[in-house]
Amino acid sequence: MSKLTLKTEGDTHVVVTRHFAAPPEAVYRAHTDPALIQTWLLGPDGWTMPVCINEGKPGGKIRYEWSNGKGAKFHITGEILELKPYSKIVHVERMHLPAPMPDSHIETRFEADGAGTLMTMRMTLPDAKTRAAMLATGMEGGMEMSYVRLEGIL
Amino acid sequence: MHTSVNLDAAFTALADPTRRAILARLAKGEATVAQLTTPFDMSQPAISQHLKILEDARLIDRRVDGTKRPRRLASGGIEAMDQWLAILRKALEKNYDRLDEVLAAAHQPKKRGEKR
Repeated sequence: MSKLTLKTEGDTHVVVTRHFAAPPEAVYRAHTDPALIQTWLLGPDGWTMPVCINEGKPGGKIRYEWSNGKGAKFHITGEILELKPYSKIVHVERMHLPAPMPDSHIETRFEADGAGTLMTMRMTLPDAKTRAAMLATGMEGGMEMSYVRLEGIL
Repeated sequence: MHTSVNLDAAFTALADPTRRAILARLAKGEATVAQLTTPFDMSQPAISQHLKILEDARLIDRRVDGTKRPRRLASGGIEAMDQWLAILRKALEKNYDRLDEVLAAAHQPKKRGEKR
């Protein structure tokens, strides 16, 4: 059963929610501590994050680089706008493909939810077209896996 | 799975960012080739080529309106878009499932769980 919801809102927003069994402090840390980020923010199987910079302060820089070990690479850069331990992260980020895509503005909130945490990530894109491109790019990896799965079925 | 959409062709059609953007545009309402050239900053032949691939994959179809042939999402195409969102959801889920493990591992060594 899926604990995650993903929906578009208006023309430019994407809202993702997810419940975690750990308290907000732990989930917040997993989103701000580079050593922890590197262990989970990896996308599809086979990808790693060899470079993970998150300066962890307002005005600080973000740079995440992913590699599939077979020559494919991908990175994002960003800046942290606001940090409110352990409840809120506001940052901007952009994908580089390799030309930079428009900025996404992302507000991530962590609220106590029973013994765990409800995370709400609200992404705001400059326009509907950019949102469509962002959603599409985010699924490239998943699509790759689907192809593999299809090959197994056909 | 819907038999009206050839999944393999649909995935191939969806593998191109311009075609995904065209689908996203058509999700908001039908459009002619001419109407699509401006937002995508592409020539009519280039747009037509993309539309053909999308049509062959049965993600879109065309309506006859006098001399115009506006393209629109095929009903199966909308399901393919849903499927596409489901795939993105799956990629995100993968990340968060991993995070669950990271969080669980951080808690496990101290069984009583230290308070902060």
